[in-house]
Amino acid sequence: MAGRKSKTATAAKPKPKAKTGAKTGSRSGVKSSSAKKAAKGKSPSRKAQSTKKVAATKSVAKKATSKKQGKAVEQLLTAAKKVKSTTKGKAKHAPSATSANAKIVSVYAELESLAAYIDAAKQEIAAIRPENVKEELLPSATDELDAIVEATADATNVIMDNCERVEGVMGGVSAEVSDTLMEATTRIYEACTFQDITGQRIGKVVTALKSIEERIDALLYTLGDGKAPKPKAKPKPKTKQEIADADLLEGPQLGDKAKSQAEIDDLLASFD
Amino acid sequence: MAVDMNMNVLIVDDYKTMLRIIRNLLRQLGFENVDEATDGTQALEKLKESGGDFGLVISDWNMEPMTGIELLRHVRADDKLKHIPFIMVTAESKSENVIAAKEAGVSNYIVKPFNADTLKSKMVSVLGDF
Repeated sequence: MAGRKSKTATAAKPKPKAKTGAKTGSRSGVKSSSAKKAAKGKSPSRKAQSTKKVAATKSVAKKATSKKQGKAVEQLLTAAKKVKSTTKGKAKHAPSATSANAKIVSVYAELESLAAYIDAAKQEIAAIRPENVKEELLPSATDELDAIVEATADATNVIMDNCERVEGVMGGVSAEVSDTLMEATTRIYEACTFQDITGQRIGKVVTALKSIEERIDALLYTLGDGKAPKPKAKPKPKTKQEIADADLLEGPQLGDKAKSQAEIDDLLASFD
Repeated sequence: MAVDMNMNVLIVDDYKTMLRIIRNLLRQLGFENVDEATDGTQALEKLKESGGDFGLVISDWNMEPMTGIELLRHVRADDKLKHIPFIMVTAESKSENVIAAKEAGVSNYIVKPFNADTLKSKMVSVLGDF
């Protein structure tokens, strides 16, 4: 818990960045330029202005969905602030345009808020250090799980070695003792099937961890901090039967979802 | 008809520990001639090489590269093998799995984890009393 607390604290701490200075600079620059244009009476029509601004915003938004989203988010934030400042400046100098401008300001305010949200999320994700999760925590967890499977398999084999030894001497004892030993070894063999089930369950967890690793790769790439994910080899097209079969592979079910042998027997009987 | 206790039984599972458990349980039931395969492809090769001289196949479902259901379909599609009783022993316990296995021609279906009594009762239902 202490570790988690300190991580949250780090994430909440604002990072001093040169970016803040740049934003302030661009805002003040736009204001003075608008003021000059208004003073000279060279403002283009409101419609033309709106079209131009919408086009500019669309262009920036399109960039945000491109591969280098991290950079585009910053551009979106800057553009939204810039346009908002421009519109505010115009409204100040041309009061009749307030209704149309108010709507535009509202849209840009939303965009600005969205960009700020994405920016904050980006910083929080960076504070979690996803590269650390990918390079250290996930491989370590996978190795530990593999070790569990190996250890339980080894233990199961030792148990069975000794059961087989017991079975080996059963011929030299009375029938009653032999039956008791047989019964006991059968129960031990049955109990050893746990290793197969736990192995499959752990296999499911390892698959989930690998899926998380791939998603972290994609996240790092989107944030501009990672390498491009390796293009996957084009899989051989699957037949309908292969797709249907793959959907049936889920491994051991949990709790209520798991069918009992009696339920399966009933289902099989319904075919007769 | 009495069950031939000397018949060959093929057990198929990718977990070697599971193969060992089933082999030991079969031995306790009186079946000594037990052969093993670790996936469907290897099992199919053994079945074909034998010319169908197996009295029973007990197979897991989830294996690579060939799964148990694929092995079952191959067995049922082969004139020399299609008569062999086939019991699926698997952790896949959804109704869809049981239905798919039945449609593919499975003789019986055991869900893991299982006990020796279940194994014996399913073998009896497929082979007859022993």
